[in-house]
Amino acid sequence: MQTETLKKVNTSVEQEIEISGSEAVMKALVAEGVETIFGYPGGAIMPIYDALYDYRDQLEHVLVRHEQGGIHAAQGYARSSGKVGTVFATSGPGATNLVTGLADALIDSTPLVCITGQVFAHLLGTDAFQETDVINITTPVTKWNYQVTDANEIPAILAKAYYIAGSGRPGPVLIDITKNAQIQKFNYKGYEKCTHIRSYRPKPIVRNEYIQAAAAMINKAERPLVIFGQGVILGKAEKEFKNFIEQGGLPAAWTILGLSALETDHPLNVGMLGMHGNYGPNVLTNECDVLIAVGMRFDDRVTGRLDRYAKQAKVIHLDIDPAEIDKNIKADVPVWGDCKETLPLITALLDKKEYTSWRARFSECMDKEIEAVIENELNPTAEIMTMGEVIHQMNQITGGDAIIVTDVGQHQMVACRYAKFTESKSNITSGGLGTMGFALPAAMGAKYGAPDRTVVAIIGDGGIQMTIQELGTIMQNNIDIKILILNNHFLGMVRQWQQLFHERRYSFVDIDSPDYVTVAKGYRIEGNSVAKRENLVSALTTMLHHKGPYLLEVHVGKENNVFPMVPQGCGVSEVRLK
Amino acid sequence: MNMKQEYTLMVYAENQVGLLNRIAIIFSRRKINIESLNTSPSEVEGIHRFNIVIHETEVMVKKVVRQIEKQVDVLKVYFNTNDNIIWQELALYKVPTEIIAEKVKVERLLREYGARVVAIRKDFTIFETTGHREETDKLIEVLAPYGLIEFVRSARVAIIKDSKGFHEKLKEFEQTEPVPLAPEDPISEEEANSSIV
Repeated sequence: MQTETLKKVNTSVEQEIEISGSEAVMKALVAEGVETIFGYPGGAIMPIYDALYDYRDQLEHVLVRHEQGGIHAAQGYARSSGKVGTVFATSGPGATNLVTGLADALIDSTPLVCITGQVFAHLLGTDAFQETDVINITTPVTKWNYQVTDANEIPAILAKAYYIAGSGRPGPVLIDITKNAQIQKFNYKGYEKCTHIRSYRPKPIVRNEYIQAAAAMINKAERPLVIFGQGVILGKAEKEFKNFIEQGGLPAAWTILGLSALETDHPLNVGMLGMHGNYGPNVLTNECDVLIAVGMRFDDRVTGRLDRYAKQAKVIHLDIDPAEIDKNIKADVPVWGDCKETLPLITALLDKKEYTSWRARFSECMDKEIEAVIENELNPTAEIMTMGEVIHQMNQITGGDAIIVTDVGQHQMVACRYAKFTESKSNITSGGLGTMGFALPAAMGAKYGAPDRTVVAIIGDGGIQMTIQELGTIMQNNIDIKILILNNHFLGMVRQWQQLFHERRYSFVDIDSPDYVTVAKGYRIEGNSVAKRENLVSALTTMLHHKGPYLLEVHVGKENNVFPMVPQGCGVSEVRLK
Repeated sequence: MNMKQEYTLMVYAENQVGLLNRIAIIFSRRKINIESLNTSPSEVEGIHRFNIVIHETEVMVKKVVRQIEKQVDVLKVYFNTNDNIIWQELALYKVPTEIIAEKVKVERLLREYGARVVAIRKDFTIFETTGHREETDKLIEVLAPYGLIEFVRSARVAIIKDSKGFHEKLKEFEQTEPVPLAPEDPISEEEANSSIV
């Protein structure tokens, strides 16, 4: 009895307390289960940082070295944990530095809540110090954004922000809070999570007629091909997906954002799609009779030329976002909905099948690719090392259990092609936007999101120099990530295109590097650099077994190219092996 | 299907600061010009309505409609060709009273063009007319020789002929669980390909 009365008193006290807008932000983050914030303070967000000082035991804050690093870290956190990432930045330049990360998170469907400080409401539009129109700058690159000018709005708006960021097709949300609202005291009535917004339908209704049509079409198929993307991971539908392909005996190929949703060694995993994908999935996309797309958006890097893409096939498209259906490829059967719900419904109607001879076609293509490309990439005879053999040797040590975070360029394609995965949410890369400089900060965040796992950031010599300042964050917080720089002394992907399509006119792709080991040492991070094959395995082993952050630079062939390749403007079956 | 024609989009949305920009950039990103734009309250209290006229192919219109519906604060978008809607535009014409009183048979003008006088002052007179573009344009031609001082035309407002209004639809949106949406025909292959470069 007594405790009940006590409880009641406590709640009513909780209901009536007067707090500042900034403290309401802290209470919202705690209520949303936020563990880690990546941020950088500044004038217009100081009241929030002041409130954070009292919440240090409940909310971990990681001080990054640049706001872009902060938002990429939050992306890495979201991608490795499956939770919403949280970012703090100040007004003006703090907020504009988030733009690249917002665009990256929007196109790669990464759930984020970014809280930016803003000048006092009465100064809006006066060109005040560090005032910028953050809402309008970020409108095209956010799923939703909102400016708070009154503290009373804060609890409900943050509840909405976390709900919108994480539900349906996830994406970044930005909440801009004016300084007066951060300071303002108001009557706090408690925090209520948001579960419904009338104008927002995160999950389209599953329509049974399309489930049946999809199952019937698959059952009749002679040469079915499943292509899957990040929707499987975002929908936490890895098990449902595996059941689906195993029941139907369906060969499945992945986009680079779908990578790791299905373990590399699964017998139905036929490899990577797209521009630098595997030979089989590309060629056979144009021979399959039913193409089943699961949680992917037919990006041009996957489809190549659209009017030569799977013209012979009936297309079944499963997606949670109705705007993706028929956007690039016309769907014969559109299956709107969360694939965690739709896949089991289709699986239940599937006949058990094998497609032995059709699947053998993939093996034949793989043999061809091994002979033409892979063998020489993984076990090269030339003196200089290849990127592929570095990844291959790393696989031998990790067994495919590590989280691989890649930057953008040749090393990214090679890592996606050759890295092994045994677990989902293990491949973190900037796919849609192709943001160089993504990997180092994203790897930091990935480690916070999955602290028990090994995190390896694989980065080229171009990308590392774009966000190298985050070594400072890694140093200060002793973030245990492994930084593997594949240095070919070129902006390799651009150079490859210049070689193939611009008559070797190497226009501004020759890039010098600092002595990375010395730079790392300056940040009190251990490191090593290898140029000879005989030192590779021991260097990788040292790095992976090292306690704490470690940087390893590997010098690889300067003018090695990534193959296979579907040249721009070509159909996927025109994929070149050399 | 692949021909560009006039479409009127009706967007039902929450009345939010910034939403107009969010919708406008969906068009500008695709280099689609907005021919006419009107925002107003709707038949449902608290729900705002945008009327947007664009000149586009049906395929592009469908894609744009889905992108607009994807916005968090948008409830529903309808799109129609001119056959399916009743639409009006309002125009105002300012002319010098002296000349008009002397040289124009005002009575005939009012009757023929469905115009009315909204203000008469010593120095100027303002006519108003509502109708389709051709109708409001015609009156410009007539008045031009008499020294048309100022002309302005409103954006288009339109009502779908067989619409039952938004009251019922809103009830669906207010439910926590999604309800089935009316089936929409997937875009035909021919249409889908037309926008492919």
